[in-house]
Amino acid sequence: MHAAPAAFGTAAQIADDVSSGTTTASAVVEQHLARISEHEGDIHAFNLVLAEEAREAAAAIDERISAGDEVGPLAGVPVVLKDNMCTRGVETTCSSRILKGWKPPYSATVADRLTDAGAIVVGKANLDEFAMGSSTENSAFGPTHNPWDLEKVPGGSSGGSAAAVAAGFAPLSLGSDTGGSVRQPASFCGIVGVKPTYGSVSRYGLIAFGSSLDQIGPFSTTVEDAALSFEIIAGHDPLDATSAPEPALPVRSKLDAGVEGLRVGVINEMNGSVIEGLDADVLARSRAAAEALAAAGAIVEECSIPSSVYGLSAYYMVAPAEASSNLARFDGVRYGLREDGPNTALMNQASRTAGFGAEVKRRIIVGTYALSAGYRDAYYGKAQRVRTKIIDEFNAAYKNFDVLLSPTAPSTAFAMGDKTADPMMMYLNDVCTIPSNLSGQPAMSVPFGVGDDGLPIGVQVLAPLMGEVVMFQVAAELERAAGGAA
Amino acid sequence: MRHEPSLPDDWELVCGLEVHVELSTATKLFCGCANQFGSEPNTNVCPTCLGLPGSLPMVNESAVTDAMRLGRALNCTVLPSVFARKNYFYPDMPKDFQTTQYDQPTNDSGWLDIPTGERIGVERAHIEEDTGKTTHVGGDGRITSAQYSLIDYNRAGVPLVEVVSRPDIRTADEAKQYVSELRGILLALDVSDARMEEGSMRVDANVSIRPVGSDELRTRCEIKNINSLSSLGRAIAHEANRHLDLYTTGDAPVQETRHWDEESGRTRSGRRKEDSDDYRYFPEPDLTPLIPSADELDAIEAGLPVFPAEQRSRLAEAAGIEPTAASLIVDRGDADFALASIDAGADGARVVVHLDNNLADGIGKLTPASFAELVGMETGGALSATQTKDVLAEMVTSGQSAADIATARGFEAMDTSELDSMVDELIANHPDEWSRYCGDDEGDAKKMAGFFTGQIMKATKGQADGKVVAQLLNARK
Amino acid sequence: MSDAKEPHLTREEVAFVAHLALLELTDEEVDQFTWQLEEVLDTADAMTALDLDGVEPTHHPLGFTNVMRPDVVVPSLDRDEVLAQAPDVEDHRFKVPAALGEQ
Repeated sequence: MHAAPAAFGTAAQIADDVSSGTTTASAVVEQHLARISEHEGDIHAFNLVLAEEAREAAAAIDERISAGDEVGPLAGVPVVLKDNMCTRGVETTCSSRILKGWKPPYSATVADRLTDAGAIVVGKANLDEFAMGSSTENSAFGPTHNPWDLEKVPGGSSGGSAAAVAAGFAPLSLGSDTGGSVRQPASFCGIVGVKPTYGSVSRYGLIAFGSSLDQIGPFSTTVEDAALSFEIIAGHDPLDATSAPEPALPVRSKLDAGVEGLRVGVINEMNGSVIEGLDADVLARSRAAAEALAAAGAIVEECSIPSSVYGLSAYYMVAPAEASSNLARFDGVRYGLREDGPNTALMNQASRTAGFGAEVKRRIIVGTYALSAGYRDAYYGKAQRVRTKIIDEFNAAYKNFDVLLSPTAPSTAFAMGDKTADPMMMYLNDVCTIPSNLSGQPAMSVPFGVGDDGLPIGVQVLAPLMGEVVMFQVAAELERAAGGAA
Repeated sequence: MRHEPSLPDDWELVCGLEVHVELSTATKLFCGCANQFGSEPNTNVCPTCLGLPGSLPMVNESAVTDAMRLGRALNCTVLPSVFARKNYFYPDMPKDFQTTQYDQPTNDSGWLDIPTGERIGVERAHIEEDTGKTTHVGGDGRITSAQYSLIDYNRAGVPLVEVVSRPDIRTADEAKQYVSELRGILLALDVSDARMEEGSMRVDANVSIRPVGSDELRTRCEIKNINSLSSLGRAIAHEANRHLDLYTTGDAPVQETRHWDEESGRTRSGRRKEDSDDYRYFPEPDLTPLIPSADELDAIEAGLPVFPAEQRSRLAEAAGIEPTAASLIVDRGDADFALASIDAGADGARVVVHLDNNLADGIGKLTPASFAELVGMETGGALSATQTKDVLAEMVTSGQSAADIATARGFEAMDTSELDSMVDELIANHPDEWSRYCGDDEGDAKKMAGFFTGQIMKATKGQADGKVVAQLLNARK
Repeated sequence: MSDAKEPHLTREEVAFVAHLALLELTDEEVDQFTWQLEEVLDTADAMTALDLDGVEPTHHPLGFTNVMRPDVVVPSLDRDEVLAQAPDVEDHRFKVPAALGEQ
């Protein structure tokens, strides 16, 4: 197995060592690049490794430090960006043939915030094409392998970002989560993965899939690192109209506060009695997590989100509907793949047909159908109402609980090829994570032991809108209970 | 009776207009690129208006304010609004959907009164983004024979307000008045240049006809590619008659979009327009709803300018003329000047005549007070009509007073007794012409009047007052 | 079991919707997508069990309103950088095969 999370230290440790002069950014980058060199062939976490660029950036940081200039809180820390985040002048493909070779003329806000903080981007990570998938098997450039077991998937759609951190290629990476695409891979790869409150992290420069659901979030090996990176990437962005007006929440402030007196609600529908298909070992770890919190002084009870069982149905109407519109722009006119045709419409069609993979085509068709005249109210319209119900039920629960708890994924990492024949089987991966995308509320996955097969299992902490502080607080306690940072 | 003259008495025109107005804001609707006509291709573009992957829109607050002001000028109710995506593919659309407003537009249900008094309903006036510009190359430059197309996205994202009228228009002339009046409103608001020829105001006409007395709405066609007011009138009349021809031969028009061809004076079939064109509208997830506050709405109301209709009626009242006779002055933007001059004591009728006929190129350095002084000199007989015209022209360029110019030019009122003797002398010297003047042949007499007047004018170097000369001649008949 | 329910989608509908989205599917793909999408729509049917009377749709999880920006010019992109990514360019403009139909 190739897993080596934080092989060269956590982000917090590295940042400390670099700024104190204990090590240099260049040395840190070389370590990580060497590890990438050795193991990337087996894992395929990246679409693009940015070795030379990283070396240059590290050298620049080292120069500034020698000159006594200010450097940011992540100076010298290697990071990986999911390849659906624009990086100026650097190929950004969404793991799709339709964007192969495309170099954006601008960078995503989150990319700028990380590099402004001194972080060094070492590569663009593989993903399910256009973020549509739960295993990274839908990448047009080949799948990513789970560092814990190369025959297994790393999860998706942010499989590359998760694998990179689990393999020790970088202590931090960013993924995007629309239906669970950060949390589920985090669970499969034994690392921390966060989906923040919708609007707390700018989507400017994130190539859109489901606009009202997408959120960018960090992968890390420790809760502290996730908190550190969250504070850097979150906060208002005037370029994103859906961006919350507040600055980043101070999520590091309560990491050591413990959970005494906090009220934790275990979601009934996700404890095995309602939603089917949750593996026994996963449920066992989830129960263990609840017990650990109780032992640490939390008040743990059951709570119910009845409409969460309809989350999957609602999501698979809303997300594809928005996606079908978001992906219309890929028409071979201004950028990306062009396959010629005698007129523009035929050229558009030829380009899109050649450029998009099967899952993307499926979702575009579902989404187009869900929005068409005559079906719109029955599908898209209804789904948006189910959403309201889920939100109302969550809000009611949060009147009585500070956070909620559930498994992150229904199983440990499954084998490659296991679920590719039937899309519905793949979609079931998201049952526990989807409801919080629909509600916009934050949720994160914390590694909490292993399954019967020795593969990692994560548990999910959910919190109300802008409730990241208490969410991280509880996550930190779970991390301690699990035996500390991996 | 509101009847379209080009149709027979038993058929009625039913026409509605969709006018797209380009707002003259500094930046585009959803991004900070310059909203500027005539720049080098693709130089006013950014990730948002190019529809680059990962880009997001951000609403221009001035565009929204301008749209609300226009809505109030058209007596609409300003409402909370939601942007929506209208999904279809076309290369001039960077996102292959247009961000517009669908079932919750900014402005709802108003009206516009045209100069001849009819009230044309306004269904709605909503905000949307413009597309890029496509140039078709090869063939004869028309869409249907192009070999390839070139696209410039400078215009993509420019803010538009689409004003949709109810089908209340009954004559081609009413349509022209509607557009003209709308233009006057836009200029008064200062939200658009509103030039049809330049494309900052685009007019599409929806035309159908029906038997007089019925209230059915028959098949309509949408006419595009109308580039001037006169084309608008011609296109509507042509299309109405095309429908008439079809009905009278037992056929019927097909619901479609047609293009006006100025050269041939005909409309040509374009695309089938189907009510069921499915644009799969849904609310734009990247933008928030807009909910104007009561304070904002009050400020808009308080800040509305005086519109052309009001200006026409004020001028009409002050000058003692019909409101329609005040149109030219109001359209040129000289209404305030006219009113101020009348206020300063000038005769209203003379003010209107001079502004209409002698000040077409602008008032230049003329002030209401100086203008009033000049008009007073004219009506008081100190200057003849011709002299007044000359002095006026110089006042416009030099800004000097009427009295100064008149003195400098040696214009003085001609003494009537001097004229008397000149007329007598002329008559004595031209007996033949005089008898023809007094004769029964009216045409000949008129000619002779002209002859005598001309002689007097020559002798007085144009200083004689033509009216006075005519009176003197007539008195001696 | 004899109560076979009405399928949501026919092959023809799938092909038609694909065409609307400017996607050309092979016969195999149409077959495959038809049953796959049928499954998804079956799942969607589950929603009909819910009482949604009087429930308003949620389009924005956080319910912001009035987010706008001032009407101030911001520098545009470098044209060369943009056009360098275009599949075909002529005269500083994006070149495409004849664009038929109309806006």
